[in-house]
Amino acid sequence: MSTDKKTKNWPLWEIFVRSKNGLEHRHFGSLHAADADMALENARDVYTRRSEGVSIWVVESINITASNPEHNGEMFEPAADKVYRHPTFYELPDEVKHM
Amino acid sequence: MSDKEIKNLEDIFEAKIARDEKIEPKDWMPEKYRKTHIRQMSQHAHSEIVGMLPEGNWITRAPSLRRKVALLAKVQDEAGHGLYLYSATETLGISREEMYNQLHSGKAKYSSIFNYPTITWADIGAIGWLVDGAAIINQVPLCSTSFGPYARAMVRVCKEESFHQRQGYEIMLTLCNGTPEQKAMAQDALDRWWWPSLMMLGPTDDASTHTEQSMKWKLKRKTNDELRQQFIDQTVPQADILGITVPDKDLKWNEETGHYDFGAIDWDEFWQVVKGHGPCNKERMQTRVSAWEGGEWVRDAAMAYAEKQADKKVRKAG
Repeated sequence: MSTDKKTKNWPLWEIFVRSKNGLEHRHFGSLHAADADMALENARDVYTRRSEGVSIWVVESINITASNPEHNGEMFEPAADKVYRHPTFYELPDEVKHM
Repeated sequence: MSDKEIKNLEDIFEAKIARDEKIEPKDWMPEKYRKTHIRQMSQHAHSEIVGMLPEGNWITRAPSLRRKVALLAKVQDEAGHGLYLYSATETLGISREEMYNQLHSGKAKYSSIFNYPTITWADIGAIGWLVDGAAIINQVPLCSTSFGPYARAMVRVCKEESFHQRQGYEIMLTLCNGTPEQKAMAQDALDRWWWPSLMMLGPTDDASTHTEQSMKWKLKRKTNDELRQQFIDQTVPQADILGITVPDKDLKWNEETGHYDFGAIDWDEFWQVVKGHGPCNKERMQTRVSAWEGGEWVRDAAMAYAEKQADKKVRKAG
């Protein structure tokens, strides 16, 4: 097999599909393609064979910056102690309607 | 990290799975979890890809246009399933190239059922009905497995499998309602695919080395023997409707257990095929490797074209 030969592998792309108008694009999975146009065509064949989508985004995976789950503490905990951001924090008499 | 720290992380990890929380690719996981998943998921992907070969054999000879478009669509689905699974496996840090190398060099296994030949058109019916039927039984529990990308891929796969099984059963039904020769062809296909389909659900529980750990990680929800019993119980009545006979003289409904009793499986045959001595092992790998190597210039050309286009864009901007 050509393990020593310098062949360039097709890069990885992340695929986002809008399943119908009114909904957001959602991550569907990933695939390999030589360029963005091919990634779009491959995404159509791999992820929308049964009319699962009306719009596709492709993003080369190396362009995604992701948060690190090991730092979830400092990243997300600040939201945990801010109960005053929720409507139930505020005490109102029962007579108050429509609020 | 000290052994104690790792043990602590492992306990947190196991508790997470026990609470039915999902594990995502960047989460901490024990090395054994990663390795087991790479092995099982890549084998699953390889099975989808190699599984295209026995069926591809009949695309040009399908008996009608209706059968031909259905078979083409099914084989295309199998390619899609392979791709979902490969990309889900890549999230664990193994490259596509490495997985292909493992398949092509024989290091990685794939489902041994695909090492049997498809010698008549009825085999295409039997594969859809029995092989996809057994695959569904294996795969449905995986939709709720603990590793997020695997579970999500399986949800998509399972949605598509039902068409595969129905098209297979319809082929069998048409043959069984046809001429005596056609019905005999359907019977012959059942005779040859029945036992390998039962073996497809894996070694018996007492011979299966991974079951306990896999149950804990929800890679398995039922044991191989339970899945096999479920397959037999639901498939035998389907054979009755076709009017053909399951090739097992010990097969008998057991009023007491509410299940079918069945005869002994020839596990020597199973292990022979797993070890590479099945009827088509060599042919399958040769076909696969030559397709991969023959396609190399196309992949290189596409990459060269993409690089050239990107260069052009840069120059225009400059």
